[in-house]
Amino acid sequence: MEKSVDAGFRILAVALASVVAMVLLAILIVVFWGSLDSMGRYGWSFLVTSNWNPVKDEYGAFTAIYGTLLTSLLALLIAVPLGVGTAIFITENIIPLKIRTLIGLMVELLAAIPSVVLGLWAIFVMEPFIKPFLELLHTTLGWIPLFSTAPKGPGIAPAVLILVVMILPIITAISRDSLNQVPMQLRQAAYGVGTTRWGAILNVMLPAAISGIVGGVMLALGRAMGETMAVTMIIGNSNNFSWSLLAPGNTISAMLANQFGEADASQVSSLMYAAFVLMILTLAVNIIAQWLVKRLSLKY
Amino acid sequence: MTLSSTARLALGVPDLTYRQGLRRNVINRMLTILAGLFAAIAVLPLIAVLAYVLVKGGGMLNLSLFTARSSGLPGEGIGNAVIGTVLVTFISALIAIPVGVGGGIFLAEYSRGGSFAQFIRFGTNVMAGVPSIIAGVFVYIAIVKTKIIFGNSYSALAGGIALSILMLPTVIKTTDEGLKLVSDDLRRAALGVGASRFVTILRITLPSAFTPIATGVVLSIARAAGETAPLIFTALFSSYWPQGINSIFNPIATLSVLIYNYARLPYPAQNELAWAASFVLVLFILIINLFARWLRRFAAS
Repeated sequence: MEKSVDAGFRILAVALASVVAMVLLAILIVVFWGSLDSMGRYGWSFLVTSNWNPVKDEYGAFTAIYGTLLTSLLALLIAVPLGVGTAIFITENIIPLKIRTLIGLMVELLAAIPSVVLGLWAIFVMEPFIKPFLELLHTTLGWIPLFSTAPKGPGIAPAVLILVVMILPIITAISRDSLNQVPMQLRQAAYGVGTTRWGAILNVMLPAAISGIVGGVMLALGRAMGETMAVTMIIGNSNNFSWSLLAPGNTISAMLANQFGEADASQVSSLMYAAFVLMILTLAVNIIAQWLVKRLSLKY
Repeated sequence: MTLSSTARLALGVPDLTYRQGLRRNVINRMLTILAGLFAAIAVLPLIAVLAYVLVKGGGMLNLSLFTARSSGLPGEGIGNAVIGTVLVTFISALIAIPVGVGGGIFLAEYSRGGSFAQFIRFGTNVMAGVPSIIAGVFVYIAIVKTKIIFGNSYSALAGGIALSILMLPTVIKTTDEGLKLVSDDLRRAALGVGASRFVTILRITLPSAFTPIATGVVLSIARAAGETAPLIFTALFSSYWPQGINSIFNPIATLSVLIYNYARLPYPAQNELAWAASFVLVLFILIINLFARWLRRFAAS
């Protein structure tokens, strides 16, 4: 009796663990299967053409793919220095521990705020607030293609900023944890040979913590590429391609959120194709992240 | 006896006093200020978001908000969406917790680091990275469109399933890591006095790992409660009150989808309602988060 309960429980545990693999596989198959029709019709050109016209049944997702990559990479560019800087600030003993803990807690709570609430805030608070700055950018630097259109409310630039807000906590929290895990002796040795605080940070602490930080950054990149709600609410959802950061744009996830509910058959297939591209992108980023962490981690 | 710096140099005694003007000390100070500035910028959005949600949403708060439904008519409220959020989150927890804890038990207690366990761990990490909108697309195609649940299309149940896909990796990971923290001595002692493996896990290891697992689960529930993307084409929306047990087979309103829908409408009254819903949702999530933190600290002491 006891033995069969034991064996039964083991089988149950194995079965429950396999659910992960099955669901993951099912997601891949369903998305791939759904996109087959569109893949057959448009092939690779789907990835590089930017006309999205449900009326004429012509689909190309370049605007959305470009938007996904552009917004997440730009957000990363801003969030990495901010996040790592914050992490350094709260792992050093520059200010009292209580304040440092409070900053850490606040950054973590920022991660808990739902993205739809950030989207609401972005529409009604952030976008009106930054509009004068964007206008200034347009009037002074308008000759650069990146700022060539007048800001009209929603657009790529505000979407990038809200993505920064969303991924900042991830980068900060993971960088802080990896900096905290660096053995005390390394820092002491650095100080012992006479370096300054930042000499120790830049030459000893950061290189020792780099695997965790890079992992966190890649994780944040994956999150930024898949982020849906806040971006959908502020990016403007335009499928017309523009080089300008001030113009409305689109991302794959925003396009899905906007159109999937009321799409007809061939549009659904094209949306699934775009979803498949998004899945491959995030999968690749996540797998590279896991590989990098393994590769870069120092052993003490 | 103190010597001037020139005298020290002449005697070959190194000057160990801190010199402010030294290049590396200047750089040092500048970088510290820069890092402090970055930390201030990082905290700013939280304060700004919280302040606006508190002021704009909190100002709207009154009892009729919770007793009225999102009817689309003047005097509407968010009562049905509050119930919907609780219900859908509850469904997702009901699915994700048993499956996730079971999977975590397998990884930590049974697998012994075999290749299958490695594969599942890898899969869990990959699944944690699946964009939430993809979970929505998947459930829409697999469950909503096929009407697999007794012929119902959009439903609270479908929404709960979509959310559970997002919760699952977190629950597995926290269970796995929580169980790994339990000392092997405890397991050996239990097995030594003749307990079976099942009894050991159920009575010894799981209870000792309860707090880390509970913390992780509570945090994942907070995360699920705020999710929107998986719900917009699974649970959809409804302007009616949930009707009894049947409500899990019908479209249902949730706070997050209400915020999304009402934020995009051109009517100020509904935008205001979106702020009120944000206030309730953020308060709910922050309380759960702080509770989880308290749980962790409580266990540590």
